[in-house]
Amino acid sequence: MIAQIDGRDVHVDEEGFLTEYDDWDEALAATLAGNIGLALTDRHMEVVSFLRRDYVDQGETPTLRRVTATGGFPTRELFKLFPGKPAKKMSYVAGLPKPVGCV
Amino acid sequence: MTTMTAPVPTFDDAPGTEGRKLCIICSKGSLDMAYPGLVLANAALSEGVEVHMFFTFWGFDIINKETIASLKFSPLGNPATHMPPSLMGLPGMTSFATHMMKKQIDGLDIPEVPEFLDLITAAGGQLWACRMSADMMHLDEDDLHDEVKGIISAADFIELSAGAQTIFI
Repeated sequence: MIAQIDGRDVHVDEEGFLTEYDDWDEALAATLAGNIGLALTDRHMEVVSFLRRDYVDQGETPTLRRVTATGGFPTRELFKLFPGKPAKKMSYVAGLPKPVGCV
Repeated sequence: MTTMTAPVPTFDDAPGTEGRKLCIICSKGSLDMAYPGLVLANAALSEGVEVHMFFTFWGFDIINKETIASLKFSPLGNPATHMPPSLMGLPGMTSFATHMMKKQIDGLDIPEVPEFLDLITAAGGQLWACRMSADMMHLDEDDLHDEVKGIISAADFIELSAGAQTIFI
């Protein structure tokens, strides 16, 4: 469906995850992060950029393990940057679907 | 025309499940019995659930430094292989089956057991070893994965798992 974020029309699912890759930009990322109580830092953006690059390469959102193993971001740090439910929170901020992999 | 404001996903726990806690008892040390516990623990952690893994009896092989990287999958007596049982007992079959399973797991980009344990502890999962098993196998903390928090008794585990959902594997 189409809904508004920051006065812009974007495509989202019922939960609020963006469904169109190209709807996303860095300004939107800051708003999405703010929506879930995160203040976006450069480090958050590095993680988010990796997620978006990897999504294009692999055709799916990377799992937490892949963000650590391939992206090089330590698991402990991911839990600090995106507390509680890191895999879902980082995909939300990156404007990607939730990861489907089990690990 | 105006469009509605986009919904914001709620990352809070569902009502009534706040502070959820999961205990996984790992009592088997074969490769195929190690993974279910590891996968569930990891998934629960990424959902913000507190996770404790308790290793007992053959499950000790998953945290024993001697065996941690060499768990085996035995097809013998395992109907899930859909192969004639008479063949499964042939020499070399276990290492062949183990090799095949590891290849499949790797193909899915799932880590091997030692890395999986590192991942789980980095995500905040806690590993516990069973006192009776340690005594039976003459092992102490130095023999176990460095992240094992302690060797505890059955009574300690019962205390630890108070209010938790417990899974026995």
